[in-house]
Amino acid sequence: MPTLFLFGASEGGLFDFDATLPLMAVQVVVLTFILNSLFFKPVGRVVEEREDYVNTSRAEAKKKIAEVERLEIELKDQLKEARLEAQKVILEAEQDSENLYKEALALATSEANASREKARREIDSQRDEALNQLKSEADNLGDLIVERLLAKK
Amino acid sequence: MGFLPFVFPLAELEVGQHLYWQIGNFRIHGQVFMTSWLLIGALLALVVIGTKKMERDPKGVQNLLEFLWDYIRDLARTQIGEKVYRDWMPFIGTLFLFIFVSNWGGALVPWKLIELPSGELGAPTADINTTVALALLVSLSYFYAGLSNKGLRYFEYYVHPTPIMLPFKIVEDFTKPLSLSFRLFGNILADELVVAVLVFLVPLVLPVPVMFLGLFTSAIQALIFATLAAYYIGEAVEEHH
Repeated sequence: MPTLFLFGASEGGLFDFDATLPLMAVQVVVLTFILNSLFFKPVGRVVEEREDYVNTSRAEAKKKIAEVERLEIELKDQLKEARLEAQKVILEAEQDSENLYKEALALATSEANASREKARREIDSQRDEALNQLKSEADNLGDLIVERLLAKK
Repeated sequence: MGFLPFVFPLAELEVGQHLYWQIGNFRIHGQVFMTSWLLIGALLALVVIGTKKMERDPKGVQNLLEFLWDYIRDLARTQIGEKVYRDWMPFIGTLFLFIFVSNWGGALVPWKLIELPSGELGAPTADINTTVALALLVSLSYFYAGLSNKGLRYFEYYVHPTPIMLPFKIVEDFTKPLSLSFRLFGNILADELVVAVLVFLVPLVLPVPVMFLGLFTSAIQALIFATLAAYYIGEAVEEHH
C-alpha cells in the first residue's frame, strides 16, 4: 500500500514528488511562450484591428449622421424660406391684380362719368340753343302778328 | 493495490500508482507527460487551425479562439488592471487553457482503454507534481511582477496598512501556492475517484450525472486557478497610496 504522507512516499503514492514537478513547470513555461506567439499575439492583433476598425467606422458614421442632420436642417430652413417667399409672391401678385382691377375700374368709371357729363352738357347747350331759337322765332312771329294786325287796321 | 479496503470484482482502482520513466538520475511520472503531451498537442492543433487564415469576419474555429481570447483578456484585465494586464495575459491564458484541457481531457477521453504496465492515464492535473509546478510558477510570477513593476517598493505591500500585517503576509506567500495546488489537485483527483468508484459500484446510469458534475467542476477549477493567479499578480503590482 502506498503511503499517503506528504513527501513520505518512497515508491508511488499520491504525494510522490519527483522530477515531474520541475519538468512540468518548464513545459508550462514553454507552452506559455508557444501560445503567446501562436495564439495570444495573432488573435489579439486581429481582434484589436477589428476593434479599431469598428471604432473608426462608428466615429465616421456618427460624423456622417451629424453632417446629414445638419444638411437636413439647412434644407428645411431653405424650404421654409422658399415657401414664405412663394407666399409673399402670390400675395403680391394678388394685390397687384386687385390694384390693376381697381385702377381699371376707376378709370372706366371716370371715363364713363366724363363722357356722360359731356353728353349732358352738349344736350343742355343744344337745348338752350333750341330754346333761344324758339324764343327768337316766337318773338319774330309775335312781332309779325302784331305788324299784320296793325297794318289791317 | 490496497487503497480501498475491499477488492472490487469488476476492475481495479489504481491510486498513487505511477508509470516511472528514468532519465539519468531522475524519475518522472510517464503517464502525466503522455496525457499532457496529447492534450497540449490537441490544444496547439486547435490554435494552429484557428489562426491559419484569420479574417476580419471570423469564421469557424477563429470564432472560438477569439471568444477564448476575449474571455482571457477580460479575466486578466479585471484582476490585474488596465496598466500591466497585457504582459501577463499570455501566462494567465496559458494556465487557464492548460488546466482546462487537462481537466476536461482527463474526464472526457476514455483513457482506461489504454493499458499501461503501471498506473493509468488521466488528467495531468490529478497529479500533485503538476499542480504544485503550476502554483510555484504563479508564486514566482507574482514576485517577479511586483519586483519588476515597483522595484524594492514591492515589499511595502507586506507592511501595507500596518506593520502588524507582516507575519500574515509572509505566511500568505506560503499558503497561496499551497492552497492553489491542493485545491486543483484535490478537486480533480476526487472527481476521478468518485466517478471511478461509482462506475465500480453501479456501472449504469448513476455515474452519468456525476460525470457532468465533474465536467462542471473541472471548468470551474480552471477558472478559479487562473482568476486567483491573476488576482495575486494584480495584488503585487497594485499601487498603494
